[in-house]
Amino acid sequence: MAGTAVRGRLTWQTATVGPVTDETPHVRTLSLSVPDWSGHRAGQHVDVRLTAEDGYQAEREYSIASAPGEPLAITVERLDDGEVSPYLTEEAQSGDQFEVRGPVGGYFVWEPDTGGPLLLAAGGSGVVPLRAILRHRARTRSAVPVKLLYSSRSWEDVIYSSELDLPADGVEVIYTLTRHQPRAWKGYARRVDEQMLAEVAWPAGQGPLAYVCGPTSFVESVAAGLVGLGYPAGRVKTERFGATGR
Amino acid sequence: MSPISRGFRRKREEAPAGRVPPGQYVTKDFPVLSAGPTPHTALSRWSFSITGGREAKSWTWDEFRALPTETLTTDIHCVTRWSKLDTTWQGVSLDVLLSAVEYESRYALAFSDGGYTTNLPVADLLGGKAWVAFEYGGGPLGAEHGGPARLLVPHLYFWKSAKWVRGLRLRDTDEPGFWENYGYHIYGDPWREQRYAGD
Repeated sequence: MAGTAVRGRLTWQTATVGPVTDETPHVRTLSLSVPDWSGHRAGQHVDVRLTAEDGYQAEREYSIASAPGEPLAITVERLDDGEVSPYLTEEAQSGDQFEVRGPVGGYFVWEPDTGGPLLLAAGGSGVVPLRAILRHRARTRSAVPVKLLYSSRSWEDVIYSSELDLPADGVEVIYTLTRHQPRAWKGYARRVDEQMLAEVAWPAGQGPLAYVCGPTSFVESVAAGLVGLGYPAGRVKTERFGATGR
Repeated sequence: MSPISRGFRRKREEAPAGRVPPGQYVTKDFPVLSAGPTPHTALSRWSFSITGGREAKSWTWDEFRALPTETLTTDIHCVTRWSKLDTTWQGVSLDVLLSAVEYESRYALAFSDGGYTTNLPVADLLGGKAWVAFEYGGGPLGAEHGGPARLLVPHLYFWKSAKWVRGLRLRDTDEPGFWENYGYHIYGDPWREQRYAGD
């Protein structure tokens, strides 16, 4: 199964923007209508191609935010020096069109029979593919226990907060707010470190599986920390993104 | 015919003509993309081996570093669409390494610490096109970028330039490696935009 995530040739398809949701001041979810979408797995991504009136094109890839069986959705964080993300987060409206190609990637993927317990670790918009995994778990009524450790700059930067406030049975969400905390905040208020992982993560003896997604520095420290706690490297799946260009 | 994305305009400077393959954009960063934790192998335990030839050949770190080296400046192209121009590397040419073994195989599978693999035709490793690089930008290659040593095959998408490389398995058939098994292209020529299987 793992080896055949992408079947046949992937072709560009027209996507029409449906409802958009502003998740934070910098982050927007776009629901996309793609008539011939083949479906996707939780954790995969999709290529996006924009075309300007003068024919100029720009391509990027984005994690898929929706569960298998749901309409395709992407959640995009605006990068000030970006070319595609400002368009998707500020300009695109319901009814606008661009192209998508995918789904892409088959390693950073979770299915109910992949098992757990699951440790999901998100830095910033790295929460997007992990949210697809959470929704897939809920839709398939999987009982796999999950902890989501979500590192954000501030409460205002938390993506999907209303959804994560009401987690499904067996899902625990642990936040750390690294820069600004609300008054009377009792949660973690620092970057994820080995001490925090030791307190939050499933003990290695329980055979957990970890999915870590975020900026490079976050992923490097979380993945190394989990290996330090005895997680076999093969049980720590990572997805990193650089600081620019997306 | 691609639909026009209403209101979308170019914001990036045009790349120098002929320097950037289709669908790529130029970045000044050096993004990191890997599927798992960064391995850390002590140089005292490091070796580079080539198997599948008439006799297996292996170099310790000191033996490897005693081989003749080359310094080169080249452009690199990642399948996730960033290209980085004029990167400077120091490494040992695969011409040097492969000349130490007798073989008839046409394909190679590069393997790395952490279990990563990627497949390449031997012809793409010969003729001054591929190196095992241990320096980047004038300093040691950082672990997150594949140090102590990585494969460097800049004419193919950068996932072929295996980080943390530990050797080559020579073989008669072109068997897919890690990303190739997950739907990425078996060869990966950025100028033909061979990103995914079937491209």
